[in-house]
Amino acid sequence: MVMKEQKAPRPVMFGWSNPKFRGVIYQLLVVLCLGAVIWVMAATAVENLHRLGIASGFGFLNQPSGFSIIMSLIPYSEQSTYGDVFIVGLLNTLLVAVIGIVLALIIGFTVGIARLSGNWLVARLAAIYVETLRNIPLLLQLFFWYIGVLRAMPKPAASLEPLPGFFINNRGIVLPSPYEASGFWWFSGAIVLALLIGAGLRIVAHRRQKETGQVFLWIRISVLLLIVLPLIAFVLKGAPLHFELVVLSGLNFKGGVHLIPEFVALTLGLATYTASFIAEIVRSGIESVARGQREAAQALGLTKSQTLRHVIVPQSMRVIIPPLTSQILNLMKNSSLAVAIGYPDLVSVFAGTVLNQTGQAVEVIAITMAVYLVLSLIASSFMGWFNTRYAIVER
Amino acid sequence: MTQLTLAPVRRRISAMAWARENLFSSPFNTVLTLAALYLIWLVVPDLLDWAVFRATFTGLDRKACLGADQGACWPFVTHNLDQFIYGHYPEEERWRVDTTFILGIAGLVPLMIPRAPWKRLNALYMLGFFPLAAFVLLSGGRSGLNPVDTSYWGGFMLTLVVAVTGIVLSLPLGIVLALGRRSRLPLIRLLSVIYIEFWRGVPLVTVLFMASVMLPLFLPQGVTFDKLLRCLIGVTLFSAAYMAEVVRGGLQAIPRGQQEAASALGLGYWQSMWFIVIPQALRHVIPGIVNTFIGLFKDTTLVLVVGLFDLFGMVQFQLSDARWSTPQTPTTGYAFVAFVFWVCCFGMSRYSMSVEKRLKQGGSK
Repeated sequence: MVMKEQKAPRPVMFGWSNPKFRGVIYQLLVVLCLGAVIWVMAATAVENLHRLGIASGFGFLNQPSGFSIIMSLIPYSEQSTYGDVFIVGLLNTLLVAVIGIVLALIIGFTVGIARLSGNWLVARLAAIYVETLRNIPLLLQLFFWYIGVLRAMPKPAASLEPLPGFFINNRGIVLPSPYEASGFWWFSGAIVLALLIGAGLRIVAHRRQKETGQVFLWIRISVLLLIVLPLIAFVLKGAPLHFELVVLSGLNFKGGVHLIPEFVALTLGLATYTASFIAEIVRSGIESVARGQREAAQALGLTKSQTLRHVIVPQSMRVIIPPLTSQILNLMKNSSLAVAIGYPDLVSVFAGTVLNQTGQAVEVIAITMAVYLVLSLIASSFMGWFNTRYAIVER
Repeated sequence: MTQLTLAPVRRRISAMAWARENLFSSPFNTVLTLAALYLIWLVVPDLLDWAVFRATFTGLDRKACLGADQGACWPFVTHNLDQFIYGHYPEEERWRVDTTFILGIAGLVPLMIPRAPWKRLNALYMLGFFPLAAFVLLSGGRSGLNPVDTSYWGGFMLTLVVAVTGIVLSLPLGIVLALGRRSRLPLIRLLSVIYIEFWRGVPLVTVLFMASVMLPLFLPQGVTFDKLLRCLIGVTLFSAAYMAEVVRGGLQAIPRGQQEAASALGLGYWQSMWFIVIPQALRHVIPGIVNTFIGLFKDTTLVLVVGLFDLFGMVQFQLSDARWSTPQTPTTGYAFVAFVFWVCCFGMSRYSMSVEKRLKQGGSK
C-alpha cells in the first residue's frame, strides 16, 4: 500500500502562527512604546526647563564655581570652574576608593583566613567581626566613625601622639610628609636590582626543576637579596627619605600631611564594612576546595606551602575573584555615601553643590552616573577576561 | 540480619585538653590566643561599662545624663521611642500603623514557615491585598479615614514602608526583566540587559538624587509626586535590577525539559512560564530574595540624603533636640539604631541560610 504523501501546510510568512513573525511584531511594539514614552518625557522635560528658565547643555562646566572645597588633590580655588569641581570630586572619590580597596582586601583576607583558623578563639572573634559589621547599615557605621570616633578626639593642642610625629585630634590626622633624600635613587635602584635578580632566579629555578627535578629555593634567596641590597645602599649612601617634622604652632599644625576627619572616617568605614563581605567570600572560596585535593597533594609529597601555592590558592581564586570584583565595585559605589558626612567626593560636590547652584539636574546627574557606569564597565570587562582566562578547562 | 546502628564514638575530653588542642597547639597559636584575649580585655569591659554600669536608665531630660563619668544615656531612647517608631504620624491615628504591622506579620509568618498550607494564596495576600490595605490604612483619604500626608511618615515605619514596597514592587518587575534577559528576541534581550546593567552600575545615592531632582522635570506641569513616592519609584527601579539577576539565577536552575514538556502539552509561553517555570524558580531564589531584602533594608537609611526621616533619620533628627543634648546622646542613639538593624538583618540572614540548607537537602525535587 502506498501511503499518500501528505503535503505539509506551507508555513505562512506573515501570519500570526509564525513565531518569527510574532517575535518581530512584539519587538516592534515594545520599541514603539518605549520610543513614545521617551519622546513624551523628553518633550515634557524640554518644556519644563524652558518654563523654569534653566539653561541646558554643558556650557556650565566653564563657569566659575564660587565655592571652596575642604580637600582637593589639584590646585583649586573659588575662581575655578565647575569642570574643575568635577575633577576634584572624581579624584577624591578615586582616592578614597583606592585606599579603601587596599585596606579592605588586607582586612578581609586576614579575617577570612582567621575564620578558618584552628584556634577556636580567633575563629570566633573573626565570626563576630563579620556578623556584626555586615548586619549594620554602612551609613550608620560612617556616622559612628565620624562623630563617635574622630570628632570625639581631643582638641589639636591636646593631640594624641601614638607614634612620634603622628598626631590625632578632632581635626583629623597629621602625618610627617616624606621627601626625597641623597640616598633615594641608590635605594630604589637596589630594590629594582633585587627584584630583577629574583625574577631571573625564578626562570632558572623552573627550568632546572623541569629538566632535572631538583628544587632550587629561589624564593628564600630573592627575599634575602631584597633585604640585603637596599640595606647596603642605605649604609653606603644614606637614608632614602627624610621626613618633614610636624610642629604644633599655636592652635594648629605646621608641615606634614593633613588628613581631614571626613576622609579618615569614610575610608575606615568603607574598608571595615566591605572587609566583612570579603572575609566571607575568602572563607567560602577556601572551603570550596575539596578536602581530597589537600590530601592528594600530601600524598604526592608536596609540602604545606607548596600545597597552598599550587593546589589550594589557584582553585579557590577561581571562586573568590568574581564576587570579590563586585565587592570592590560596591565599595566604589558606596563611597558616594560621603555626601552624608560631608567628604567632598563626586556625588557630594558635583551632584550636590553644583546641581544646587546651576539647577542643571539632567546634565549633572547624567555625568555622575556615567562616571560610575564607566567604572563598573571596566570592572565587569575585567571579570569577563578573568573568567575566560581561569575557567576550568574541561575535557 | 540485624542492623547495628552505632552512635559515633564521642571523644570525651577535659577542658584542659580541649584548650591545649584548640588554643595552645603551637607557639604561634599561643601567641594568637593571647593577642585575642588582650583584644577582648581591651574592648568588652569598656563596652559593658559604657552600656550598663555607667549608663543612665531613667530620667526626664538631659540633666539625668550629665554625670562626670557618664556612659550611655538610655532615657533619650525610651523617651523618644514613639517618634522612632512612628515618626511624626499623628498620635490619635497610630492605631492604623499598628494594624498594618499586624496585617503584615499575619501574612508573613505562615509564608515563612515551610509547612504552612496555602502558599499560593498566602503569597497573593502578601503581594496583592496587603500592600493595598497598607496603602489605604496608612495614607487614609477616600476610605473615610483621615488623610495623613506622607511628610508626617517617619521612623521605623518609614523604613519598613520603603523596604517592603521596594521588594514587593520590584519582584514582578524583576521577573519580567529576568525573562526578558533570557528571551529569544534579540531586542527584548538587549533592552533588558541595558536596564539591568545600568541600574546595577550606579550607586543608590545618585538614584535617589535623580528621583528627587530629575524626575519632576519629566512630569507634565501640574502633576506632582510627593517626596516619598519619588523615592519609592527610585528604590523600586533600582532594586528591580538586582531582583532580576536573582530571579535569573533561579530560572537557570530549572531544566530546559520543564519548558519543553509544557510546550508539548500545548501551553503557550506565558502559560508555561506562569504555571511551570516561575513557581519552581521562585522556590530556588527565596534565599536570594531575602538577601536582596536585607540589602535594601539597610539601604533605606540612605533616604536621609533626600530629606526623608527613616528610623536612623528620626534618631538623627532628635539628636538636634536641645532637651537631650549631652556628649553621650549621639553615641547612644547610634547604638540603639545599630542594635535594631542588627537584630533584623541577623535574623533574616539566619532565616535565609536555613532555607538554603533545606533547599539543598531537598535536592532537585
